[in-house]
Amino acid sequence: MLIADKEKFAATLSALADKLTTLPLEETILVGIQRRGVYLAQRLAKLIEEKTGKKIGLGILDITFYRDDLSMIAMRPVVRSTDLPEDINDKIIVLVDDVLYTGRTIRAALDALADNGRAKMIKLAVMVDRGLRELPIQADYVGLSVETKSEEKISVKTEELDGEDLVEVIKE
Amino acid sequence: MKTLIINGTIVDPSQKLEGKGYLRIEDGKIKECALGEAPKAASDEKVIDAKGAYVTPGFIDLHVHLREPGQESKETIESGSNAAVAGGFSTIVCMPNTIPPIDHVSLVKFILLEGKRVGKANVLPTGTISKGRAGEELSEIGEMYKAGIVAITDDGSPVMNSFLMSRASEYAKMFDLLVMDHCEDINFKGSMNEGFYSTKLGLRGTPSISEEIMLMRDILVSGYTGGRIHLQHVSTGLGIYMVRDAKKRGVKITCEVTPHHMSLTDADLETYDTNFKMSPPLRTEKDRQKLIEGLMDGTVDCIATDHAPHTYTNKDVEFDNAPNGIVGMETALPVSYTTLVKENKMPVTRLIELMSTNPAKILRLKAKGTLKAGSDADVTVWSADTEYKIDTATFKSKARNCPFQGKSVYGKVNLTIVGGEVKYEN
Amino acid sequence: MPWTKKDLLGLEKLTAEEITIILDTAKAFSQIATRSIKKVPALQGKTVVNLFFEPSTRTRVSFEVAEKRLSADIVNVNIAASSVTKGETLLDTVKNLCAYRIDAIVVRHSCAGVPHYLAENIEPSIVNAGDGMHEHPTQALLDIYTLREKFGDLKGLKVAIVGDISHSRVARSNIWGLQKLGAKVTVVGPSTLMPREIEKMGEGVKVSYDLPATLKKVDAVNMLRIQREREQQVQFPSLREYARYFGLSTKLIDQTPESLIVMHPGPINRGVELSGTVADGPRSVILQQVTNGLAVRMAVLFLVTGGTKISEE
Repeated sequence: MLIADKEKFAATLSALADKLTTLPLEETILVGIQRRGVYLAQRLAKLIEEKTGKKIGLGILDITFYRDDLSMIAMRPVVRSTDLPEDINDKIIVLVDDVLYTGRTIRAALDALADNGRAKMIKLAVMVDRGLRELPIQADYVGLSVETKSEEKISVKTEELDGEDLVEVIKE
Repeated sequence: MKTLIINGTIVDPSQKLEGKGYLRIEDGKIKECALGEAPKAASDEKVIDAKGAYVTPGFIDLHVHLREPGQESKETIESGSNAAVAGGFSTIVCMPNTIPPIDHVSLVKFILLEGKRVGKANVLPTGTISKGRAGEELSEIGEMYKAGIVAITDDGSPVMNSFLMSRASEYAKMFDLLVMDHCEDINFKGSMNEGFYSTKLGLRGTPSISEEIMLMRDILVSGYTGGRIHLQHVSTGLGIYMVRDAKKRGVKITCEVTPHHMSLTDADLETYDTNFKMSPPLRTEKDRQKLIEGLMDGTVDCIATDHAPHTYTNKDVEFDNAPNGIVGMETALPVSYTTLVKENKMPVTRLIELMSTNPAKILRLKAKGTLKAGSDADVTVWSADTEYKIDTATFKSKARNCPFQGKSVYGKVNLTIVGGEVKYEN
Repeated sequence: MPWTKKDLLGLEKLTAEEITIILDTAKAFSQIATRSIKKVPALQGKTVVNLFFEPSTRTRVSFEVAEKRLSADIVNVNIAASSVTKGETLLDTVKNLCAYRIDAIVVRHSCAGVPHYLAENIEPSIVNAGDGMHEHPTQALLDIYTLREKFGDLKGLKVAIVGDISHSRVARSNIWGLQKLGAKVTVVGPSTLMPREIEKMGEGVKVSYDLPATLKKVDAVNMLRIQREREQQVQFPSLREYARYFGLSTKLIDQTPESLIVMHPGPINRGVELSGTVADGPRSVILQQVTNGLAVRMAVLFLVTGGTKISEE
């Protein structure tokens, strides 16, 4: 089931960017979580610049080493690069991810960030919040809220990785 | 006791016999051996039906390590004798590298007595060339000869001193006693054959020349003294060429090839399995082909196993630290038959020449290696019609250090008769 | 394609894709060393044993730092190989360690094939830290990582490996790994230290006895340590003569193309295979190799200890 087509996708991103402009941009860094969060963060940065004329810091975070299921899964997941600004101390970090689900990815991301420095504040922006949390974690900026069942799959596609922008629910 | 073996295929190269026939045994000797319809059995004759099987003179292994005295955890004269008859060998020649080495008459007598007590295969001892196998002084060769050794050899620690070797050969010539030599210049140290695979596996290689240099030395010594020298386990192509050439010139040398050298190569060491470690090492495929050529054309006189038992613990170590050698008596027939007859179309009669007729000739055993009337009734009945897998768990030997585990082969011993008595029956 | 192997025994049996996975994973790990907290919890709760039967400082320290930065628990076991042959067998020693339900063993042994032998007999992951003259995969991986960092794609890259090729596990692992990634290898050294039929290790492998001529044609040179301690008198007459023919001197480096980089697995015999000036000079990437070694070893340990055991079918 289609949740967002190309237009709705763009509108959602734009709305998210608007909310983010309220932050003190000069000390804020958008950190995309590998993989789709990275592209969403880049788009948001671009939109913010268009809207405000201000550049915002960008970073990339891979949370693989901090996953809590590393010893439970059969194969090692592919590790991707992390690229954060040299100093995140006293910065406002906005984690950007495509889907907020159990909260475990964000838990791992918080640990990973902590090992990289002491941020002044950490916020969370997601394209889709599908509920079904397993940890006490909530997003500060949500693009779309969708009610789902655990057997369903939420698929966020981005132009950069998948050739198209869309959000859909896939029933198994 | 009288026995009549009927319905089998008699193969006896010494009489050029091959075909359906029968064999009569009486009082430990061959009474009659002929092709054609078997006569009616006499009332006191035990009849053995050898339908579908070969009936051949008992196999003779010129190269066996029985480890007794000294290393009874690896093998004893008893377990080795049982392994021999299970492999179709009615006669085995045991090497003197025991602890202490067989360099004295008393030890020769011990081997003979214990072999008789066990009473399975004929166990023929050899004595060392040098006292304590130290390669320095000659052992009491004449004394040991009188006591019953069939050859002298320092197998396992080859005589590096060419002067000593020539003296030993000269001396042994007096008794027409055979000198056997493990040809290896021990200054070349390695764990496997030197070549592409040693390079690849990072194991130190022993080059072919370490064997060939000493092989040529022995050919020269034999030519010089006129004494008979038997070259043990020839493993290289060039070695075969040198033997062929020397024989043409009338040098009194003979040689053996092992079943493992004719069937395996250094490429088989890829898994670092210590059951593929032996000396001389497994050589290249090219060498293997030359060995087969030599076995086919008569350059090679016989097949000998170099049966070298080691305990599981001895072999279950780092490759470099594992001892050389593998057991061979219980796989000699299937491996040789499969390699030579099945894969290379060798006539069965030639195989029997290699496993029985020729070893007997080399040892000057007139009553063995043949089914002629009046000879010792040493007979092996075996068949080769069904394929099976080698299973070391069935071995009678104490040891299991065998590289052929699980190999599909043809050739199974049904019956081994020694001195007219059935010593093994499958 | 994910990593599926339980052990790292050598580069010979790895595919180009598998080598690339290790290198890419190492890239991710290299970032960690630049942080102030140089540690990740990836191997938390796992126990790694460094089992060294041969003296080693560099490799063992590199593995140890890698393990610590992965948050693994570490046990160092150093055993002189000679005492093992006298006492309990290798397998007994290792099975005793396994009884503690350890997760991985990093093993170095003077006998080729020991890591294979262990991998066949025990459950934990085995990482080969050098076996006899056979392989030293993590060293070759860090060499290759360093080359990739300098040159990008290795396709068509020309690398010379100079020294005692015969006894060198570093050379063998490099030859396998470099070839798989499309590089061409020339081995240079005295003929007595050149193993038989080494050309058969691959189409790109060439043998040369002429170091100056070779250096004019390659992009990188890996100078192997020449062993002073071995029975080398039979292999070449003297270190002096060796240095004259196969040492990389300041004079020689000046005659090579400026883009040529110099590698060395360490420890260096200054003035023998490598002049001090060259080792410390601008062409040398020797310390980068050490740094990269850490990331590569973290990657290897992370990959082989992956989650539940994968049956190798």
